[in-house]
Amino acid sequence: MPDIVLYAAEVTLNGLMAGVLYALVALGFVLIFKASGIFNYAQGVLALFAALTLVGIQKGQVPFAHLINAMTGKHYTNFPWEVPALVAILLTVGVMVVLAIIIEKVVLKHLVNQAPIILFMATIGMAYFLEGFGDVMWGSDIKTLDVGLPQGINETIDSVTYNMFGYGFFIDNLDIVAAIVAVLLVAALTVFSQYSKQGRALRAVADDHQAALSVGISLRFIWILVWSIAGFVALVAGIMWGSKSGVQFSLSLIALKALPVLMLGGFTSIPGAIVGGLIIGVGEKLFELLIGAPFLGGATENWFAYVLALVFLVFRPQGLFGEKIIERV
Amino acid sequence: MNDMSDGYVTADGRQIGGVIMEMKNITLRFGGVVAIKDISFDIREGEIRAIIGPNGAGKSSMLNVISGFYIPTEGEVWFHGYKRGPMRPYQVARLGIARTFQNIALFDGMSVLDNIMTGRLTHMKSGLLAQAGWWWTGAAKEEDEHREKVEKIIDFLEIQNIRKTPVGRLPYGLKKRVELARALAAEPKLLLLDEPMAGMNVEEKEDMSRFILDVNDEFGTTIVLIEHDMGVVMDLSDRVVVMDYGKKIGDGTPDEVRNNQDVIDAYLGVAHD
Repeated sequence: MPDIVLYAAEVTLNGLMAGVLYALVALGFVLIFKASGIFNYAQGVLALFAALTLVGIQKGQVPFAHLINAMTGKHYTNFPWEVPALVAILLTVGVMVVLAIIIEKVVLKHLVNQAPIILFMATIGMAYFLEGFGDVMWGSDIKTLDVGLPQGINETIDSVTYNMFGYGFFIDNLDIVAAIVAVLLVAALTVFSQYSKQGRALRAVADDHQAALSVGISLRFIWILVWSIAGFVALVAGIMWGSKSGVQFSLSLIALKALPVLMLGGFTSIPGAIVGGLIIGVGEKLFELLIGAPFLGGATENWFAYVLALVFLVFRPQGLFGEKIIERV
Repeated sequence: MNDMSDGYVTADGRQIGGVIMEMKNITLRFGGVVAIKDISFDIREGEIRAIIGPNGAGKSSMLNVISGFYIPTEGEVWFHGYKRGPMRPYQVARLGIARTFQNIALFDGMSVLDNIMTGRLTHMKSGLLAQAGWWWTGAAKEEDEHREKVEKIIDFLEIQNIRKTPVGRLPYGLKKRVELARALAAEPKLLLLDEPMAGMNVEEKEDMSRFILDVNDEFGTTIVLIEHDMGVVMDLSDRVVVMDYGKKIGDGTPDEVRNNQDVIDAYLGVAHD
């Protein structure tokens, strides 16, 4: 088999894995957008905050250590314990739920029935606040996140492909785990939103506040629920990206990578987020290999996704799976 | 209070029960504007009670007081023998009061079936965790039971063929019917209809009248409706409250109201008609 085909196959596989990671971030956006029509600018920062909190709890860091030290003149850094990964994850989920409740109480409650753009502005404010708050709470240094996920080359795939083609594929174990987690998460969320009563209530709230109230849905409960789920998805994305490249400020910028995914998949579709992520993951890697590197001087991965998204915006603005905009006069 | 202490029998022979809701000296002010002025009336079990009046008479405000959306400035609302305190909107639905809106409030992006299923929300018991179990915990069975009730209502209102259609694509008259279906799905003790015939053509009006009568007959639902169309109201309702400028000017059977001089003045004796 010619080398280029083998390379392309390997790159495609890696692209799929990377796409899953994009999709994980995009998923958080879709959830909130579906449930409240808000484009949640803070989703990336939410992932960063979740990852910071997880590392902090796991390593037994003292929250607000710098602040406390500055005020009291002491030198606290860590508690004398470390928390097992699973417990730390559960505690972090708790923190994200509390955060959702605070967001609802402090921000959303006062913005019922406001235009989406107002809510969008509020999420921008939230993003900047959370970014600073995360820094104050856990410190701004780069942290490594290790919750015991397998990392490094998958030997089985390497040896199997080597025996078949005489060329071993490099697939990262972490990417495989991420793919499995994403599939489970999407399945669970789809079932939740389509078949559970809260899921139905959630879609109802997204559609019409007044009508939702009239059938006995508590807006506030639904909002807390949605933001809790978004916080949970952010945590999952934070764990995957954090394990890959460390927990640091740039983690919040993965939100930018989620934008083209959303434009492709549609802002309102959970499967769309996944398919969009995969298309972009594979697309940008293959484009780089086949066209970018040989003809365009490389580094096309940085912009390919956005150009693809632009093309989609022109020809299919609702994305691949987005709801058609129905207007009757 | 009227003299009918334990119900009455209507002209067409239906037995009407005792009082389920009583409005006592309701006054509603918005700043300096008095929307409702010292109005009292009652609603009896199983009857179709209409509130009529010219534009700006305060009918919609009255309906919003009944539905708990507005809290009256003065006066009391008694429901099933209890004085009702201030409530959150979603608690009203849980009390068994369902409503439709004058300008239709449906979930446009969802199918007709899903829209009507939301009406069942207040009756669904399985919590979040129980639903995660789905088959093991009986949540699936519960969903089936709700689905069955909803299918009955869909049959009843003759909207089987649009069951899976997104509501946003439906014509106006059908949307009104879906909204009625959703309200019925909640199996309400009290059903509030805000101008159910507004904007309909003659045929649609006739259909809607028939459905309202059938609902009342079949399920024994108590219905309060606001309507502009005098003809429709007189045909449909058992008792009518007439409002004008926030005051009650008439209350009784359609015939009594029709012959009431104040009502005739309000409708005919003023310049705008």
